[in-house]
Amino acid sequence: MQMYIVVMVLLVVSGTLFDVIHKRSATYFFNNWRNSRNKAKRQVGSVRMVSAAVQTAVVDVIASGEFCNARRRIAHLLTMYGFVIYIVTTVIMVFGYPTPATPGPASLLILWVIGALMVCGGGYWFWFDIRVDVAAEGNSPWRFVRADLFIVALVLSTTLALLWAFVQAIGLTGLAAVFLALYLIATTVLFGSVPWSKFSHMFFKPAAALEKRVSEANGTRSNLPAPADAPLTYGSVLRDNRHY
Amino acid sequence: MPTFVYMTRCDGCGQCVDICPSDIMHIDTTYRRAYNIEPNMCWECYSCVKACPQFAIDCRGYADFAPLGHSVRVRREEEKATISWKIKFRDGREKDFVSPIRTTPWGSIKSPADYDPPAADALKSQHLAHEPEALNIDALPALRPEQLKQGLV
Repeated sequence: MQMYIVVMVLLVVSGTLFDVIHKRSATYFFNNWRNSRNKAKRQVGSVRMVSAAVQTAVVDVIASGEFCNARRRIAHLLTMYGFVIYIVTTVIMVFGYPTPATPGPASLLILWVIGALMVCGGGYWFWFDIRVDVAAEGNSPWRFVRADLFIVALVLSTTLALLWAFVQAIGLTGLAAVFLALYLIATTVLFGSVPWSKFSHMFFKPAAALEKRVSEANGTRSNLPAPADAPLTYGSVLRDNRHY
Repeated sequence: MPTFVYMTRCDGCGQCVDICPSDIMHIDTTYRRAYNIEPNMCWECYSCVKACPQFAIDCRGYADFAPLGHSVRVRREEEKATISWKIKFRDGREKDFVSPIRTTPWGSIKSPADYDPPAADALKSQHLAHEPEALNIDALPALRPEQLKQGLV
């Protein structure tokens, strides 16, 4: 299992690098960055840059501040932190407690289950209810397209992991082997499909959020108008009703 | 000028899909981001541009009079009830416009669902639903019989 995790890490790293080179996302990012800096109306100092980076980390990454829809934000936070807890505890258990002779602490197992449940909660909520294909487009929740590859692989991986752990705990070894095989397939798809899935959004989204904040700071605002300075006037037309 | 989406800014919330009267804003099946599926059929109402909470939608000018290098961006601020446009010409000139969106505070207009359902007797009335109170008047104006032309009644 340790070798499997190493292979998965290599798949994510190589897949992300391939994605960056193939889609030229890094080139796009640096071109945008250069354009923004060349057209800057004021120079952004190092203090302001660090502040933008900290704001990006705290607001956009840690708190998923990009989302305007509160339900999507909660689902994303559940899935993101669940995934982090699930991955970290899995790695600790596999590398720290590799054999049945050295069982890990119960708290670690509980954390692993909580992480997996959080992924399932946020993931299935997103998939069946708040996914834009269902909520706005009106498509069936069972319709599967390439954009769903990441979320489907993720929820299947964690669901099968939970099922595998459960049937193992109650002693159904035959069924446990089946769930283990399915779990490995789903997990390999999750980490092996980086160039085709949305997995790498966790790398390029923070970069885009930082670029957005820096463009606000240097005054270019990606050509957006400045915030209006005449609030709450509610218009210039006559207030009185003039029907009839 | 039809609209297009900056996919790096779009977060796939679907508000443009909901609001587009021409039903041409849809979700891409590869990245789950919005895009204008048929710019030729765009009414150019800019509902999607104004509704986008991420300011991810821009207007694409026709090449004959708005060639490459221009930009038309909009910022809608509900809390201020304003909408601001920034027009950037290819030669570098910029024009900014700020307009009020409405004349009443945001959220102050009741939606149809906020009213009580009309009584069955209302079918016999010539008033539309919730008239005249929804029009902020005491009564709809009507001609009295003596004001009508002689011989009509």
